[in-house]
Amino acid sequence: MTSQLSKYVKSLTLWELLKGMSLTGRYFISPGITIQYPEEKTPQSHRFRGLHALRRYPNGEERCIACKLCEAVCPALAITIDSEQREDGTRRTTRYDIDLFKCIFCGFCEEACPVDSIVETRIFEYHFENRGEQIMTKDKLLAIGDKYETQIAADRAADSAFR
Amino acid sequence: MLDGLILLITTVLKIVAIILPLLISVAYLTLAERKVIGSMQVRIGPNRVGWKGLGQPFADLFKLLTKEVIVPTNASRFLFLTAPVLSLAPAFAAWAVIPFTGDLVLADVNAGLLYVLAMTSIGVYGVIIAGWASNSKYAFLGAMRSAAQIVSYEIAMSFALVGVLMVAGSLNLGDIVRAQEGGIFHWFLIPLFPLAIVYFISGVAETNRAPFDVAEGESEIVAGFHVDYSGMAFAVFFLAEYANMIMISVLAVVMFLGGWLSPVSFIPDGIHWFFIKTSLMLFFFLWFRATFPRYRYDQIMRLGWKVFIPITIVWIAVVGFAIYFDIGPWFDIRSGVTG
Repeated sequence: MTSQLSKYVKSLTLWELLKGMSLTGRYFISPGITIQYPEEKTPQSHRFRGLHALRRYPNGEERCIACKLCEAVCPALAITIDSEQREDGTRRTTRYDIDLFKCIFCGFCEEACPVDSIVETRIFEYHFENRGEQIMTKDKLLAIGDKYETQIAADRAADSAFR
Repeated sequence: MLDGLILLITTVLKIVAIILPLLISVAYLTLAERKVIGSMQVRIGPNRVGWKGLGQPFADLFKLLTKEVIVPTNASRFLFLTAPVLSLAPAFAAWAVIPFTGDLVLADVNAGLLYVLAMTSIGVYGVIIAGWASNSKYAFLGAMRSAAQIVSYEIAMSFALVGVLMVAGSLNLGDIVRAQEGGIFHWFLIPLFPLAIVYFISGVAETNRAPFDVAEGESEIVAGFHVDYSGMAFAVFFLAEYANMIMISVLAVVMFLGGWLSPVSFIPDGIHWFFIKTSLMLFFFLWFRATFPRYRYDQIMRLGWKVFIPITIVWIAVVGFAIYFDIGPWFDIRSGVTG
């Protein structure tokens, strides 16, 4: 009986509705948390897994020795490697393709690499305009590595204590 | 002959002076809606077009203007294109009798309240014809829902206004405002509080706004009665919806919040009070939309017929009793009018 009465009072005074409105009202006056994306960006971890790159040693020699561990570990089968023996007797890749449509950015290739050659950089803003551009060839990967080497090296150094 | 011509020209100029600001208000109400709802959902809302997004309404307008108006093959072409006009015209026509201040009114009609009720009721024809002429299931369902809803809430709304005209003793909107003179405690909001609430909620239902937007019901019947409309024809429906929102807010201000009157006696009255109060009412519309989920259809009907109409009838009886026996500080104004 009393519960029935209180139910009537509650619905006639619009109690629940006012409670809901007070909630949205509080959010209305609370400051926003939106980040204005192209102008402002969220902080990134040094472990960020973005676009791939192939690194070189300081003397300019490419690190990759075509061991194909990354190809083997890749869960999405995104990496394709062909290799040969160079004139100086070292093993090198003739082809190193990553299909970015297949890649899931898990970072296993980076972890598997014994010479820290294939890495994932902090780059996450890129696009393709034509079919086929999503295949990152060896040249493209090396170019990214050359361009961002200081950043890549600094990120590896920051993370070295945890490896 | 010449006098008639001058009268015609001045009247047309006055109409333009009302309609143009109204159209701009409608445009910016859409922006305000997106900003307010965004803010309530911890977002920002449009802020890229112009300074702080103030160009957004015009960007939207030009987008809609450049789009093709598609008429479905099986639609009744004439009615299909008439319907948007039929829903917009009454929303504008009702403004003729709205008193912005004591003497700033286009047509000082004696039965202004009846005129407004008639005009707001005509709006439902636009919806029904749009739904029928589209020759589509969803549009027709939306139109049926909308018609049933508008007709049901029209009754509760009119009953709420009966209380107002009993206390004010006039159907003239200017006289209704003048009857509320003397500060915030003389506004009809206080003696007629339940009626004011019923009126405003019915107004939200009349304009098919959330939480009573089953006529549009985006998740079930896509867009309801205007599902087949595109381009400018759609924009006109959009315009009508927002113009109706402003209309309902303005009526609430005139009936219950003392129109152009200042809430305290030491600040002068003026048209700015009218605009401030209207903006506040419009803010409530947006607040409701950001807060409440959509009513189920049977709940809407239950609320209209089984809750609002009994409440208004009871309160009309209370008001009648109070007026007859001159009870309370508000109802003694009656003495001497009907003798």
